[in-house]
Amino acid sequence: MTTTDPYAAPASTRDTTEGKVFTVTGQDWDSVVAGLGDEPEERIVVNMGPQHPSTHGVLRLILELDGETVTEARCGIGYLHTGIEKNMEFRSWVQGVTFVTRMDYLSPFYNETAYCLAVEKLLGIEDQIPEKANVMRVLLMELNRISSHLVCIATGGMEIGALTVMTIGFREREMTLDLFELITGLRMNHAFIRPGGVAQDLPPGALDKIREYITWMNKHLPEYAELCNANPIFKARLQDVGYLDLAGCMALGISGPTVRSTGYALDLRKTQPYCGYETYDFDVPTWDSSDSYGRFRVRLQEMWESLKIISQCADRLEKMDGDPVMVADKKIGWPSQLAVGSDGMGNSLDHIKHIMGESMEALIHHFKLVTEGFRVPAGQAYVAIESPRGEMGCHVVSDGGTKPYRVHFRDPSFANLQAMPIMCEGSQVADVIVAVASLDPVMGGVDR
Amino acid sequence: MSDTQPENLPATASGSDAQTPGPEVIDQREGMFGVRGTGDTSGFGGLRRQVALPGGTPKPYGSWFDGAAERLEGLVGGDAIEKVVVERDELTLHVAREHLVAVCQNLRDDEALRFEFCSGVSGVHYPQETGRELHAVYHLFSITHNRRIRLEVSCPDSDRHIPSVVSVYPANDWHERETWDFFGIIFDGHPALTRIQMPDDWPGHPQRKDYPLGGIDVEYKGAVIPPPDTRRSYN
Repeated sequence: MTTTDPYAAPASTRDTTEGKVFTVTGQDWDSVVAGLGDEPEERIVVNMGPQHPSTHGVLRLILELDGETVTEARCGIGYLHTGIEKNMEFRSWVQGVTFVTRMDYLSPFYNETAYCLAVEKLLGIEDQIPEKANVMRVLLMELNRISSHLVCIATGGMEIGALTVMTIGFREREMTLDLFELITGLRMNHAFIRPGGVAQDLPPGALDKIREYITWMNKHLPEYAELCNANPIFKARLQDVGYLDLAGCMALGISGPTVRSTGYALDLRKTQPYCGYETYDFDVPTWDSSDSYGRFRVRLQEMWESLKIISQCADRLEKMDGDPVMVADKKIGWPSQLAVGSDGMGNSLDHIKHIMGESMEALIHHFKLVTEGFRVPAGQAYVAIESPRGEMGCHVVSDGGTKPYRVHFRDPSFANLQAMPIMCEGSQVADVIVAVASLDPVMGGVDR
Repeated sequence: MSDTQPENLPATASGSDAQTPGPEVIDQREGMFGVRGTGDTSGFGGLRRQVALPGGTPKPYGSWFDGAAERLEGLVGGDAIEKVVVERDELTLHVAREHLVAVCQNLRDDEALRFEFCSGVSGVHYPQETGRELHAVYHLFSITHNRRIRLEVSCPDSDRHIPSVVSVYPANDWHERETWDFFGIIFDGHPALTRIQMPDDWPGHPQRKDYPLGGIDVEYKGAVIPPPDTRRSYN
């Protein structure tokens, strides 16, 4: 049996109404050049991605090139579309958390918090959320901001060849994920923040680990500044690349570090605080260069500010030992506490003993709340929070049932990616990589 | 869940006090477990409950809402805003679709309003609301005044056209493409209204309520579990 190797076929040309079209799919370069004929066309359309190591996930960039210069650039997205918003309409309100945490997989706690705050707003229980749950939410979100920024800086560094930035970035991220694992049981896709509070109290010893983490980060965060801030190669690659000023940001709906790199301190944690952010002491770092280097510096500085908040959270949690972490309303709060057993995390044995052996009513209550769930009064709510990438908005519509009627996420990656053409057109191909990396799009959030 | 409304009882159609008008009934929910046509002996099969969304709010709306609504009415005329709903400290303006672009232009440019940041558009499909099945919901953010506002525009399923606001808010380019992709709302005047998440040749608009979720049966140890949208569940 003979098989044809598509890559062995010679480069082909064909005449169309648009002119001569020349298709190249990875042949030998000599045959490519020979196929161009006597009058080579300068205009080349290149598909970069969706499987390309430097496009930050399954992002497809369609670039029209004139030599090395990008004359037009467009994004092709949707390769990671999983229908999360549609799926949520068929699950209970609590199960929704399990879906949203998988959207922007580098900042799961922000997805969860935005969704839970919107559901709580519909339920009208915003004031009943226990203080400890709010502090834990802030703690996890700020740890998450650090881990997300670390991935952005690490992969961004790798894409321009700064491999050390990548290795140390993932080293520190690993420390953060270890904390996530300790507190929530999982490194990613936690589904830990639930409508009404959080799933679980802090495990014993967590505060010590958090303090160790702060010490570790205080020691190692300066390395990024030492490696990059004044590095001539790093600066040459990032400075004046991916320029977007404040007017452009406002028109295109860009938020997060990109808008802060234009010198404007737009941060929802300050202007529209939620989860008690107004009670923490932190600054909103800005830079005034509107370019990729400025975004890098903003992210770097934001990690320090997050560390400040984490330290304040640890101080508060120390005084809250044993406080509730779930709303007191038994019609909403998840009935069981979790515990680590011999086969991993599951319902605590005490709870199972209680519902199976002691109280018929507790069993009925558990069964109703877990299978049917709670009803959310009809209406709609929009909640926006400041994720590592900007305004993470959640629009939730309820028809009064046990399942969401419609959930829509305004993901900052999706909105920010619209700025890719204006940042890249007129620059070189290599600058496209830097500009896209400075936007830090996460395709799980873009495509949902 | 409010304590005033016992669980699983039919919602009352009229509002409890004279200040808030009655909610708008959009649908009737039947039964309890989503079962149709089988011998449901539980008695819950006869349960009838109304699905009602918050209705229009009379003046005064409270907070900064009155000033903003009056200012906007003065700029675009009274017939542009069909209804004002204030719920959970959020202001929703229901805008007639032919006035949408003018409303957005004024919301963005007027000094007293200045909603310069558009957080995109989200579609909602209400198949029972005859004549206004498809809703486009816009969230605007005034950074100057630190306020948020929601615009809601509806169109009938038989005439799925809503003017595009990309000329006012370029940020809405992809968001409108997404809403077209998922709900089939045609945004007139959009520079390139193509699918964005689904493949170009995809039939249908997946997030409409008449589009099935899909899925296959899962068999485990002889038992068959149907996919979530055909599974027996509470409604």
